[in-house]
Amino acid sequence: MCTLEKRGNLFILTLTGEDRHLFNPDLISSLLKLLSQVKAQATCGSALITQAQGKFFSYGFDLDWAQAAGSEQGAVKRLQQMADLFKPVIATLLSLPMPTIAAITGHAVAAGFTLALSHDYLIMRKDRGILWMPEVDIALTLPDYINALFKEMIGDASVRRHLLLRGLKMKGDEAEKRGVVKAAYDGEAEVREASVCLAENLGKRKWHGEVYAEIRKGLYPQLSAILGLSHKVYAIARL
Amino acid sequence: MCSLEKRGNLFILTLTGKNVEHRLNPEVLSSIISALSRAKAKSTRGSALVTVSHGKFFCNGFDLDWVNATGSKQEAQQRFDYSLDCLTQLVQAFISLPMPTVAAVNGHAAAAGVVIPLCHDYVVMRRDRGVLYVNDLEMGLKIPELYMAFFRAKTSGWALRDLVLRGLKIKGEELLKMGIVDAVYDGEEGVTNAGMKMADDLARRKWDGEVYAEIRKGLYSEFCGMLGIASKAIGTPKL
Repeated sequence: MCTLEKRGNLFILTLTGEDRHLFNPDLISSLLKLLSQVKAQATCGSALITQAQGKFFSYGFDLDWAQAAGSEQGAVKRLQQMADLFKPVIATLLSLPMPTIAAITGHAVAAGFTLALSHDYLIMRKDRGILWMPEVDIALTLPDYINALFKEMIGDASVRRHLLLRGLKMKGDEAEKRGVVKAAYDGEAEVREASVCLAENLGKRKWHGEVYAEIRKGLYPQLSAILGLSHKVYAIARL
Repeated sequence: MCSLEKRGNLFILTLTGKNVEHRLNPEVLSSIISALSRAKAKSTRGSALVTVSHGKFFCNGFDLDWVNATGSKQEAQQRFDYSLDCLTQLVQAFISLPMPTVAAVNGHAAAAGVVIPLCHDYVVMRRDRGVLYVNDLEMGLKIPELYMAFFRAKTSGWALRDLVLRGLKIKGEELLKMGIVDAVYDGEEGVTNAGMKMADDLARRKWDGEVYAEIRKGLYSEFCGMLGIASKAIGTPKL
């Protein structure tokens, strides 16, 4: 499902297996648990890389599980349940006291894309994998926190419109050009290598984790408010 | 005023407004709102709307002759405020329209007239003629906070600054770079046909109109929030 590994100062969170890494309540709970562990073990110079094995980063919420409820009403209820369970995962990432990187080596779709987008830096494959919000195609509206996430993470209104209102499948090179991801590389190994390199470089800055998190929250005020994240004023000045 | 025609799945709204500049007064705005209601009533999955205009102007703003044709400055202000209220209602009608919308801008759009193309999901414009001109600054008018929120939903950064703070008459090519316009074409026929083709392509996605409108409203969350139009969560998903 998902594992956490510590490599020096790096925390590496991996969605394991060759499947679509669908976010059902179990996986969502595991993710939250591991991210909480990361938060607890954070020190100066820590960094997080979130990655996945196989062809998929994640294909989003488990719609099969939702449908297994047996009725339309039941399915909608289960969808709502997953959206509600997922919110704290995003909140934890937003307030994580260290730089975060999503190493996207496969398709990041719907909640999968959302998870990736909740990181400070996105690195993606150029030759394989898409970013896609299919909600418009499957007639699902977006929870308020996901709307706020897209609004504040993706500054370009035109890009937002194409992703959310047009259901555009965005490949790595376009994502890099449009500023949706930081960089795109050919090949899985290159993406993983670049992510580790970036994480190490960011870790070397030895930023004060809590202050880093507060500054990050300040970049996304609307999202922070919706996620119920309060602001603290810090003065640990190294003057 | 305006006319509405149905051609297959396409609703074609033609703006004629008052006089050759297609100016807006409460009567004109009312008739456009009516036309949109009629389109909404007849909409199905696979509907789309394209708004077109003919001649040198797309829409040059409020009918200031009507605004000023009163006895006092106070009454003129009242007429202006009333026009603005009607415009806001029209914007709401566009934003809640349950189908994709395209504006084919054949000529100049200025002042309040700029809002009309920007209410659409996609804008195609003439390359060889026509400018968008937000002239509030030049006129010594403060842009109402609600409309600042509207513009912020369409663009950001240097493009937003250039749109509202610089008194610029901006041509199609520049607007393309700013992400405000999606494509430019030569000639009135060129842009009108392109607008219809784009609307057609969008219609073919057969999106659920109600969900489409709700996702669209999410892109205008600040604007909708100020007007108290909450987003509905919809779940009749095609799982």
